Amino acid sequence: MIDFVVLVLLTIITASTPLVFAAIGEIVVEKAGVLNLGVEGMMIVGAIGAFAVAVTTGDATLAILAGALSGLVLAFIFGFLTLYLLSNQVATGLALTLFGIGFSALLGNGFVGQTYGGLPHLDIPILSDLPIVGQLIFGQDILVYLSVVSAIGVTWFLGRTRWGLAVRAVGENHDAAHSIGFSVALIRMGAVLFGGAMAGLGGAYLSLAHTPLWVENMTAGRGWIALALVVFASWKPWRAFFGAYLFGGITIIQLHAQGFGLDVPSQILSMLPYLATIVVLVLISRDDSRLRLSAPACLGRSFHASG
Amino acid sequence: MTDTPRLELIGITKAYPGVVANNNVSLRVMPGEIHALLGENGAGKSTLVKFIYGVQKADSGILKWEGEVTDIPNPNVARKLGVGMVFQHFSLFDAMTVEENISLGIAPELAKSGLTQRIIDISTQYGLPLEPDRYVHTLSVGERQRIEVVRCLLQDPQLLIMDEPTSVLTPQEVEVLFRTLRQLAADGVSILYISHKLQEIKDLCHTATIMRMGEVVADCNPAEETPRSMAEMMMGGNLTPPERTGKAVPGEPQLIVKALNVASSHSHGTDLKDIDFQVRAGEVLGIAGIAGNGQQELMDVLSGEVLVSDPESIIIDGNPVGASGPNQRRSVGMTFVPEERLGHGAVPQMSLWENAFLSGATRMNLLNNGFMRIKQSEEYAATIVEEFRVKTPGIANVAESLSGGNLQKFIIGREILQKPGIIIALQPTWGVDAGSAAAIRQSLIDLAANGAAVLVISQDLEELFEIADRLSVICEGRLSPGRNTEEVNVEEIGLLMGGISSEPITEVAAHAD
Amino acid sequence: MLIRLEPRAEASRAMVYQSPLIAVVLTLIAGMIMFRIMGTDPLQAVHAFFIEPISTLDGVAELLVKATPLILIGVGLSLGFQANIWNIGAEGQLTLGAIFGGVVALAFFDVESVFLLPAMLIAGIIGGMLWAAVPAFLKARYNTNEILTSLMLVYVSFLLLSFLITGPLRDPDGFNFPESRLFHDSAVLPIILEGTRLHIGFLVALLFAVLAWLMIVKHIIGFQIKVIGMAPAAASFAGFKEKKLIWLTLLISGGAAGLAGAIEVSGPIGQVIPVVSPGYGFTAIIVAFLGRLNPVGVILAGILMALTYLGGDSAQITMNLPNAVTGVFQGMLLFFLLASDVLIRYRIRLGALRVREVTPRQEGVT
Repeated sequence: MIDFVVLVLLTIITASTPLVFAAIGEIVVEKAGVLNLGVEGMMIVGAIGAFAVAVTTGDATLAILAGALSGLVLAFIFGFLTLYLLSNQVATGLALTLFGIGFSALLGNGFVGQTYGGLPHLDIPILSDLPIVGQLIFGQDILVYLSVVSAIGVTWFLGRTRWGLAVRAVGENHDAAHSIGFSVALIRMGAVLFGGAMAGLGGAYLSLAHTPLWVENMTAGRGWIALALVVFASWKPWRAFFGAYLFGGITIIQLHAQGFGLDVPSQILSMLPYLATIVVLVLISRDDSRLRLSAPACLGRSFHASG
Repeated sequence: MTDTPRLELIGITKAYPGVVANNNVSLRVMPGEIHALLGENGAGKSTLVKFIYGVQKADSGILKWEGEVTDIPNPNVARKLGVGMVFQHFSLFDAMTVEENISLGIAPELAKSGLTQRIIDISTQYGLPLEPDRYVHTLSVGERQRIEVVRCLLQDPQLLIMDEPTSVLTPQEVEVLFRTLRQLAADGVSILYISHKLQEIKDLCHTATIMRMGEVVADCNPAEETPRSMAEMMMGGNLTPPERTGKAVPGEPQLIVKALNVASSHSHGTDLKDIDFQVRAGEVLGIAGIAGNGQQELMDVLSGEVLVSDPESIIIDGNPVGASGPNQRRSVGMTFVPEERLGHGAVPQMSLWENAFLSGATRMNLLNNGFMRIKQSEEYAATIVEEFRVKTPGIANVAESLSGGNLQKFIIGREILQKPGIIIALQPTWGVDAGSAAAIRQSLIDLAANGAAVLVISQDLEELFEIADRLSVICEGRLSPGRNTEEVNVEEIGLLMGGISSEPITEVAAHAD
Repeated sequence: MLIRLEPRAEASRAMVYQSPLIAVVLTLIAGMIMFRIMGTDPLQAVHAFFIEPISTLDGVAELLVKATPLILIGVGLSLGFQANIWNIGAEGQLTLGAIFGGVVALAFFDVESVFLLPAMLIAGIIGGMLWAAVPAFLKARYNTNEILTSLMLVYVSFLLLSFLITGPLRDPDGFNFPESRLFHDSAVLPIILEGTRLHIGFLVALLFAVLAWLMIVKHIIGFQIKVIGMAPAAASFAGFKEKKLIWLTLLISGGAAGLAGAIEVSGPIGQVIPVVSPGYGFTAIIVAFLGRLNPVGVILAGILMALTYLGGDSAQITMNLPNAVTGVFQGMLLFFLLASDVLIRYRIRLGALRVREVTPRQEGVT
C-alpha cells in the first residue's frame, strides 16, 4: 500500500511540474502587464524542441536548453508583435498557440514513434535512500528541482529586488514607469522571454520525463490550465506552485480511479481537470473586487511612448 | 547669484502629426528663480517640460545646462544632472508603498539602505509628512503629491519642475506648498512652475514665460502685471465673461436626490454618504470639490450607469428613477455630459453622426423597430455642428479627429439640443481652450435661462463662481448644503473642500438659513 | 533608431483593407522560404499548395465545402470579437452541434421526412448554443474569463464525443469501430452542384453572413456591439447592457458553430465519427481577423483559409509534404496580419528625426 501511495505521489509530481513551469513563467509576464495567451503554443514547441535534440544528441542538458530556447524564440515573436508593433495581445497570443501547434507538428513529423529514455534522476546521496521521502523528494530529475527553485526564485525576484519592483511597476502603471525613466518595452520583453523559456521548460518536461516520446498536441490544454492557475493564484508564485500540484493531483487521481474499480467511463474521468479548471475560475472570479486588486492594473494594455 | 542660467532652451521645436506642440521655444531659468511657464491648455507647456525631463525628444533645438550644451535622452540622465519633476498626472503606483514608489523614481545608489530614514528626514524638514509603509491607494491626492515632491528632494535637485501642482489642492494646501517652494528657492534651487492660474503666478513667481499655441508670446515680471494683462497675453485677445440675460426665477425642482448612500464601484474609490440636494428649473447648481472626493461616483449614480436599490432616492421631474438605467432617465428629461470626452462621452473611432446617435437615440427618435435612422442621425449631427460652431470637415469624420474643445462643444451641443429638463455636466471645460470653454459656459447659462435645471460638477472654482447660482462642496463623499453664490467667498468654499471639521460648516449653514 | 512608428492623426481606413493583402503576400514569401529550407522547390510547392487544388471544378466545389463551416463560425466569432468577447471554444460548440445533429439523425434513423434535416440543423444550433451558454452564464454572472472557460469546454466536448461514439452512438453492426451508422438519405444535405460534394450548407453560410452584415451596419444591436468593443464606458453612458451583449454574442457564435457541426455531419461526412473537424473552430478565429471582423470580409477569408486545408492535402499527396504545413501557414498568416495591422494606426518612418511641415492647430497635445 505504501508503495502504491509513493507511486501515486511520484506521478503527481510528474503531472504537476509542467504546470509549475508554465504558470510561474506566465506570472512574471502578467506582472509586467502583458497577457500572453500563447502558453500552450510555447509549451508544445518546447516539447518538440527538447525531444528532437534529446533523440538526436542523447544529451539531456542540451535537450532541456533546447526546450527553453524554443519557447523563448516563440515568445520573442509575441513580444515583438505586441510590444513593438502594438498588436492586440489576446489575438497575438491565440496566434502563437495556433502557430505553435502547427509548427510543432511539422517539426515533429520525423520524430513520431521514436523514444527517449527519460531524464536521469539526480539522486542526492544518502538522503535518496531514505524510505518513502527518499525517492519522492531527493531522487527527482533536474527539472523537478528546477521547478521548485523557480517558484522560490521568482517570489524573491518580484518581492525583493529592484528589477522585480520595476517589472511590477510597468505592469501597474506603464505611463508612470515610462515617465520616471524605465523602458517599458524592454522590461516587458524581458518578462515575455522569461515566460517563454519557462513554458518551453514545461513542454520539455512533458516530452523528456512525463511521457518521453513525441505525440502531436501532447500538451493537451496544459498551457491553458497554466493560464487559469495564474488567476487562481492571484499572481502569487507560491500559490501557483500549490495550485499546480492540486491540478496534478486531480489528473492523477482520475487515472487511478479506475484502478479502484470505479465504474465510470475513462472519457468522463478525463474531463475532470478541465471541469476543475472551470470551477476554480468561477470560484476565484466571483470575488470581483479582490481579483481587481491583485491583477496588474495595466494587464493586456499596449503601451506606445509618443515622441 | 551668477549670470549663468541654470537652464537655457534655444529654439525648441516639436511637432506631432497635425499639430506643432512647440515652435522655436526659448527660455532661461536662473539659479534660485521661480520661473512660471504660463499658458492655456494645449499651449505646449507639458510637451516642453517633458523634453527637459528627457521623457520626450524634440525635433530640433538646443538645451544648455549650467551653460553647457547638454543632451537629456531619458529621465535618468535628467535626475543625474539634478532635474526633478512633479508630474500633473502623478507617476505613482497605487499597489505599492510610499517607499517602493520613491525607490523606483530615484537613482539606484540612493535607493539602498537607510532610505526610510531619509524619507522621514526630508519630509519633516520641508513640512511634507509621509509614512513610508503606507500603500499609495490609501492616500489622499494631496499626500500623493507629497510623495512626488519628496522623491525629487531626496536627489538634491538643482531644478524642480512642477506641472500644474495646485489643480488638485485646496487653497489651504496650496499655501503650504508655496511655503516649501519659497524655502527651496531661497536655498538656490530653480523652480519651473507650470500653471494657467494667474493669481498663483503673481503670488509666487519671479519671472514668467507666456506660451500660446506652441510659441512663446511674452516674457514678463508677474509682480508688475495684473492677472488680467497676463490672461490677455495668454489668450491673445480680450476676455469676455459670460453674460447673464436676466435671472430666471427658479421653478419646480427638476431633480431631487434624497438620502443617497452608495458604495463606490471603483477600486480605491470614494463612497457617497447621505447625499441630499435638489436642482430647480432655471437655476445652475455648482458642486465644487477636489478630484477623487466622490464626483465620479455621484455622476455615475445620477446618470444611471450605477443603479441604486431605492428608486425614490433619485427623482427626475416627479419620476422616481434610482433603479432605472440611462435611457429611462433620458426619456424623462435628463441628459448628461461625462468628464472623459474620448471613450466615455464619445466613441473615439466612430463618426460624429454615430456619436450623435449614441446618446440621442432615445430623445431624438432615431430608432425604427431596432434599425438606426441613419439619415435623421446625420441631420441631427449636422445641426449640432452648425449651432455649436464645431470645427470639423464633416459629420463622417471620427470623434478622435476633433480637438478637445471642438469635441466638447459637440458633446454639450448633443445633450442641449435634446431639450433636457435637467442637464448634468462633470468638468464641462476640463482641458478645453478658453474660447470653447467660454462658449460652453455661456450655453449652460442660456439653457438655465430658458427654464432647464443645470447641475455642474467641477474642480474649477473660477468656473463655478462664474456660472452657478448656488454652490455646494463635495468632500469625502459628503455634500455640503447649497449656498447662494453671492453669499459665499472662495476661502469658505476652500475650507469645505479641505473637509475642515463639520461644526463651523453647520454654523455657517445655519447663518445662511 | 532608424525605423520608428509615428501615430497617425486618425486611423487609416484604407489600411484596414490593405493589411490582409500585405499579410497574404508576406505569408507566401515566408512559406516559400520554409519550403526551400525543407528541401523542396518553392515554386513547385506553392503551385501544389495553392493552385493545383482549385484547378478543377471538383476542386472549387471542395473549396466551398471546406469554406462553409469556416464562414459560419467566422461570422459568428467576428460579432463577439467586435464586442471584445472572446469565444475561442467554437471547436467545442461545433462538436456539440455535430453530436446533437447526429443524435437526431440516428434517433430517427429510418424516418423519411422533409422535416428531418431542419430538425437536425436546429438541434445542432441548440447544441452549440448550450455549450456557449456555459461561458456566457459564467461571464455574465461571475465575471469568469470566457477565453479559458470556452476553451476548456473544447477538451470536454472531444471527450464527450469520444465517449458517445465508443458507446451509445456506435454502429451496432460496425465491428466495434468507433463510428455511427451512415445517415439515411433524408438526413443528408442536398447537393447544389451535380457531381460534386457542394451542398446547400454553403448557401446557408452566405445567408448568415449577409444577415450578420445587416445587423452590424444597420441595427441597434450591431451598433451596441461595436460601441462596447471600442469604448465600454461609452456603451455604459449610452445605456447599453453589457450582460445582454455577452449572452447575445456568445449564443450567436455558439449557435453558428453548432450549425456548422450539424452541417458537417449531415453534409460531407454523413455519419458521426470521432473527429468531426480538422480544427475549423480554431481556424475560424484567423478567418474572423483576416476578414476584418466584417461578415462580407469573412466570406473571402473563409474561402482563402479553406484553400490552406486543400493545399495541405494536395501537397501531402503530390509532394509528400507533411500535412502540418497547413497549420504553419495559418499561424503565419495571422502573425503577419497582426503585424501589418500596426499600419492602421501608425505609419512607419525611416531615417533620423526631422522637422516636418505641419499646419498648427489651435490646440491639441500638451
